Amino acid sequence: MKRFRAVYIIWLRDLKRHFRDRARIFGSLATPIIFIFILGQGLGSSIGGNLSAAGASIDYKTYMFPGILGMTVLFAGVFASVSIVWDREFGFLKEMLVAPVPSWSIALGKVVSGATIASFQGCLMLILAPFAGVSLSPLIIVELIPTLFLVAFSMTGLGVLVASRLKSMQGFQMIMNFIMMPMFFLSGAMFPLSNAPVWMDTLAKIDPLTYGVDALRAIMLSDVPSRYAFTTDIGLLALISAGMLLIAISTFSRQS
Amino acid sequence: MSARAKAGAAVAAQRAATDGLPPASDGPVIEVEHLTRKFNGFIAVDDVSFTVGRKEIFGFLGPNGAGKTTTINMLCTLLKPTSGRATLNGFDVASQQDAVRQSIGIVFQDPTLDDQLTARENLQFHAMLYNVPPAEREKRARRVLEMVGLTDRAGDRVEAYSGGMKRRLEIARGLMHYPHVLFLDEPTLGLDPQTRSAIWEHVHELRAEYDITVFLTTHYMEEAENCDRIAIIDTGRIVALDTPGTLKHGVGGDIITLRSSDAVTTLAELKEKFDLEALVKPAVADTSGPAGDRIYVEVPNGRTLLPQILKGLTTEILSVAVREPTLDDVFLNLTGRQIREESVDKMDAMKARVRRRRSQRGAGH
Repeated sequence: MKRFRAVYIIWLRDLKRHFRDRARIFGSLATPIIFIFILGQGLGSSIGGNLSAAGASIDYKTYMFPGILGMTVLFAGVFASVSIVWDREFGFLKEMLVAPVPSWSIALGKVVSGATIASFQGCLMLILAPFAGVSLSPLIIVELIPTLFLVAFSMTGLGVLVASRLKSMQGFQMIMNFIMMPMFFLSGAMFPLSNAPVWMDTLAKIDPLTYGVDALRAIMLSDVPSRYAFTTDIGLLALISAGMLLIAISTFSRQS
Repeated sequence: MSARAKAGAAVAAQRAATDGLPPASDGPVIEVEHLTRKFNGFIAVDDVSFTVGRKEIFGFLGPNGAGKTTTINMLCTLLKPTSGRATLNGFDVASQQDAVRQSIGIVFQDPTLDDQLTARENLQFHAMLYNVPPAEREKRARRVLEMVGLTDRAGDRVEAYSGGMKRRLEIARGLMHYPHVLFLDEPTLGLDPQTRSAIWEHVHELRAEYDITVFLTTHYMEEAENCDRIAIIDTGRIVALDTPGTLKHGVGGDIITLRSSDAVTTLAELKEKFDLEALVKPAVADTSGPAGDRIYVEVPNGRTLLPQILKGLTTEILSVAVREPTLDDVFLNLTGRQIREESVDKMDAMKARVRRRRSQRGAGH
């Protein structure tokens, strides 16, 4: 247990920092609001609100809500773990690296804290659910929280992996354009993948967020047929999370 | 037993009870044997050996790029030695990393504080990282904050701190786990003279109160005089190691500095008439006073010899000065170069530029 001390310390510090920054907590709701209530509303009106490809007639705003929830967790998770780069630039990483704690525990701490922050941001977004036509029962919420955490965990693992190799914040724009945006758009967050061409379908299959969005949608919108079975989604996410975590830890330990 | 010595003994007892390390021996706290570090063929630290005793203030003195920080990084386990070995508090830096880390506190050149947290929170997190028992944390935090004079600002976020306050807080943080050795890498770099002397006061206090060895690097000569012993390091090698007094004594008496209108002739005359070997340093453009190359001569007794020298020289002498040797002269004597030219002057010039720009901007509005 002693070896896990640093995980808790890093988790505590990152949460303290996150919750001190009220502007960031609520500011991060702006993007999902724009997506759901402007893009969702506008696009939904143009396609007549009937999303036939989804297999059921459903308001587009409602359809995209779980997808935007997935996006929020993706962005929040990667942002949280990229704080490693900030820590490196502002020196605090060095304070942790010279402490008598193993370096894997630092990487694990970052993943756990990032996942906590990202799933918290996801939960916060549930406030918007009624306005998007998604009805939440206590059972749905109970199912959602661990699923959100699992999605967040895999996204943060990816973030720590990338951040370990990133030397400065300048590289972050690249990550945004070449990893996060494609992951978001290919995941089926915005549209059903059932009519997607083969190349897109293939890319979607290797996108971890696809399984996250599919699982979230299965929980929230029982009328919409899922792409995969719920257990498949969760199993694959767990596998991806574990894999990401291991690679992230070994990359971080080697780089530092 | 003085109050301070009592405090020191208390710290030692506390340390033994909480840091989980075997009791310290009475031998040297740092032992370095043939330590070498290469970076892609470039030798940053070249076969360095020395020992540091307990409760010593030991200084590494040398210009930028001499290998001071590389040595510290090896001693604090951030960098693996290419060859040679080093032990700290009896633990091998290569194979017993955690025990070494628990034994030391470090203040790096650049701040490593979390500026979004308060000073007290920074100390708390450090204490947690270093296994300080919860009951002790608050007490120790209060004590170190008081020592560096930050008690009133303990609840402020570090981002609001000045450079000097940050450095003081880092020293305080480095003491939280009662380390055996405190490393200070250029502790006063970029600080104003007042803060600099305050930091030195702290360093002397901590030895007494915390029963601690201080290992520091600096390129400020006048500061190195505060150390018990100094290792002068140049291009990765230790060129001299002794007390400041002995080192200065080794220069050989007094230093006469001459500026003459014709340095070449003056040098020849000094050699011919007085059998004195002199060093020449080219004229520095921004130095006030008369232009002309500066000539350094070491003589056993400056006051009696100077009148004779002046009488014997035929060239025009623009200025002359006699003084006792400083560590600057020791470095010049050992390496043929002055330590300050490439390092401090550049820093100071940069700071002066920034200040000028600021005051101009201020004056414009």
